[in-house]
Amino acid sequence: MIVKLTLNHQEKRFDVDASETLLETLRNHDVMSVKKGCDASSCGTCTVLVDGKPMLSCSLLTVRLQNKHIITVDGIHDEVEKISTYFGLEGADQCGFCNPGMALSIYALKQMLSNPSSEDIKTFLVGNLCRCSGYQAQFKAIKRYLGDPL
Amino acid sequence: MKVVKHEIPSIDGKGIMMGHKAYTDDFAERNSLIVKVLRSPHAFAKIKKINADHARKLPGVALVLTHHDVPRKPFTRAGQGYPEPSPHDKFVLDEYVRYVGDEVAAVAAVDEKTADEALKLIEVEYKVLEPVLDFEKALNHESVIHPEEDIHEMFPIGFKPKINQAAAYHMEVKNVEESLKTCEVVIEETFYTQAQAHAMMEPHTVNARLDVQNRLIIYSSTQTPFHVRRIISQALDVPMSRIRVIKPRVGGGFGGKQALHGEMLVSLVTLRTHKPAKLVYTRKEVFESSYTRHPMRIKVKIGADKTGKLRAIDCHILSDTGAYGEHALTVFMVAGSKVLPMYNKVDAVRFHGEVVYTNKTSAGAYRGYGAIQGNFAVESAIDMLAHKLNIDPIELRKMNMIAENETSPIFAIMGEGTEGTAMNMDTCKLDYCVERGKALIGWHEKYPRQDVGNHKIRSVGMAIAMQGSGIPYIDMGAATIKLNDDGFYNLTVGATDIGQGSDTILAQIAAEALMTTVDKVIVYSSDTDLTPFDTGAYASSTTYISGNAVYKAALKMIELLKKAAAKALKVDAETIQFDGKAFSSEASESTISLIDLSNRLYYNEDQEQLTATGSYFGTKSPPPFMAGFIEIEIDKETAEIEILNYVSVVDCGTPINPKLAQGQVEGGIVQGLGMAHFEEVKYSKKGQLISNDWLTYKIPTSLDIKKLTTEFAESYEESGPYGAKSVGEIGIDTPPAALGNAIFNALGVRMTELPMTPEKIFQKLQKK
Repeated sequence: MIVKLTLNHQEKRFDVDASETLLETLRNHDVMSVKKGCDASSCGTCTVLVDGKPMLSCSLLTVRLQNKHIITVDGIHDEVEKISTYFGLEGADQCGFCNPGMALSIYALKQMLSNPSSEDIKTFLVGNLCRCSGYQAQFKAIKRYLGDPL
Repeated sequence: MKVVKHEIPSIDGKGIMMGHKAYTDDFAERNSLIVKVLRSPHAFAKIKKINADHARKLPGVALVLTHHDVPRKPFTRAGQGYPEPSPHDKFVLDEYVRYVGDEVAAVAAVDEKTADEALKLIEVEYKVLEPVLDFEKALNHESVIHPEEDIHEMFPIGFKPKINQAAAYHMEVKNVEESLKTCEVVIEETFYTQAQAHAMMEPHTVNARLDVQNRLIIYSSTQTPFHVRRIISQALDVPMSRIRVIKPRVGGGFGGKQALHGEMLVSLVTLRTHKPAKLVYTRKEVFESSYTRHPMRIKVKIGADKTGKLRAIDCHILSDTGAYGEHALTVFMVAGSKVLPMYNKVDAVRFHGEVVYTNKTSAGAYRGYGAIQGNFAVESAIDMLAHKLNIDPIELRKMNMIAENETSPIFAIMGEGTEGTAMNMDTCKLDYCVERGKALIGWHEKYPRQDVGNHKIRSVGMAIAMQGSGIPYIDMGAATIKLNDDGFYNLTVGATDIGQGSDTILAQIAAEALMTTVDKVIVYSSDTDLTPFDTGAYASSTTYISGNAVYKAALKMIELLKKAAAKALKVDAETIQFDGKAFSSEASESTISLIDLSNRLYYNEDQEQLTATGSYFGTKSPPPFMAGFIEIEIDKETAEIEILNYVSVVDCGTPINPKLAQGQVEGGIVQGLGMAHFEEVKYSKKGQLISNDWLTYKIPTSLDIKKLTTEFAESYEESGPYGAKSVGEIGIDTPPAALGNAIFNALGVRMTELPMTPEKIFQKLQKK
């Protein structure tokens, strides 16, 4: 089946099986920033933005995304660069497998919430699991990105 | 120091977040055969008949492997040095299946759908056997989990498979029974620790292809690329020279990727079909068919006089290694060897016990490696003793704990499955860690509890811990530094970055020694063809062992540079001064920059490639130490716990990169809190894993952590690179005991079983 959608600001046509997930479609087309951490929409490593909202690409069927606008980290390069700079400064990088997904959630958080509290940030990111870090360095980095004083 | 002990951003963090190809599956060939594994539905069974004819005939299926189609050679997947302290009790595929999820057969097909279809077409007739699911009943059980005759130990580890014993050990210093008789106070308690899942974010992943020289090229998400090469060679009878293992970025390991998981099957598929192949474990497979932490029953007796001076510690452990004996002996021994030396002033100490097989997911290496289990028991018992003696638990520890320049006889007695190595504590800032942590948590005001109203109590608890820095005389790391034209360097290391940041900190060590900056040191790690050897990322070895290798290589490089500069300046090499950028000599008016010298070496005169290799093995394993303090708020009625703060004060020598070291400690703390509070691998009565996804196995999320306070003690370990000890595991050890002690301080109930869930606390309260 042919699906027309926008991927990172470019029109794309994908020929996919009806059962193919967006995660599979993206990785089959060399978009390696979306990761498969599980197969049950519960870890957050496959996060993408669909029309601006963070969603899990492992549980979206590509055929149902006709005319949608999909964003991965490749589509918001400058913002991800800023986030990653703060992650680096705070020592928030460890294995990194959750980082592209988390970056998209952080970007969406900035778009969707104004002046979020610490609890708001934690709640927004609760679906992006990280097993390495203990989350503290990430929160510091996120607050810097959101422009909060430390 | 200009680079070491500075907060340098991880050298690859940006590229990873920006989405560049980095992990094993990112490098799989586009046309790879998809490998899928048929797994046992039974906890214990013998395959009477297996028919794969229909699967083989399915269009798109390239290969089906059953136990009839693979080499039968016992090996261990443990991923340790050679000879391994783990029994060789595993076959690539076997006629027996020993846990729900054990491998029955494998298929390789053109796509996932076909592979799944083919799995369904394999007909298996099982003789279902009575499984051994209760590890306390495993010894001498009528079901023998490993009845096969061709399995063996590599050296004596107490391997008695006919009674379901994978390993056993006994050691005693003086006479514990006699000493306990003379004690005025004795604490005796039995503790249970559960299986914990590693739950790293990247599943176990491997892919393979043949290159133009017909060699097997494997990408693996492994912690031990050099062991992977050796073990594949041994298990599949392929010369090691025909195998190249590349470890790309690894998405977390925590010990789970020390072992081999899909490597054998994927290698066989590529060797047999000559086609690229790949296997990515499903999350269910990660939970069900990789590894867990060894569950243990720990019986502790601690005796003291009435002033609180410890006289004797007796520790008997029964450890559950699951279906295969990977890390059976060594994890169990570490529960003693990296806990008991903390109380080095006792008159007598005994450590003994058995490691048994059960029909459950195999247990293996897991951050802490036994120390977290032993720590929970001993550090809980120390608080029980303090309570009985009516002494502040911190004061009791200060009277009895190990201090700088002291030793413990246990270091010489207990090693990694063999004898240990005697050593003095050249650095041990445990006294500072305890005092500083006490101040940071506000112990004076908060111990033992405050009623904050609304049926809530706040309390504090603490524990101390030690770990190691590599395995003496066994772990080895090597590094090569190559000078390039334009005056920058390549650093190739066997050391394995699994997310802990070793590529970054090794670059920092090299840059410090070479008096340059990290951007002038290009790191490439863990490729068995291209980098020097390293045993891998385990046993908290990388900073200390591999770091020392890098340091030695850098010093050699400076000598080579000075010789080359001396030639250029036409002076004696002894007179050369080098500041990282330029060479000068008191014997010459002229100077030469590193850039000019390197360009001269490669383009103009006295042409020569400068390359220096350093290698290192430890003659001791200086322990990092820490004191962990927890503050909790607990609801008296529901026993619900909120963790308000966790204070860690750590002596890891010099933290090479303080922010990354802090990340190691805090990541360990949170993983340890998960184990202490709610993480649990659960089975049904038939031995089926119930906790097999992120919803049934909860790990800490952003909402579970309120505050972590982490500091480092000023400490300089002379034998480490720039004074460093290792720091990868120490963070995980204290949370179970600290939380248990805080619960006791709040409610007066002693938790003896992990995880300490509100339900279990509530039940204890009801019985109180």
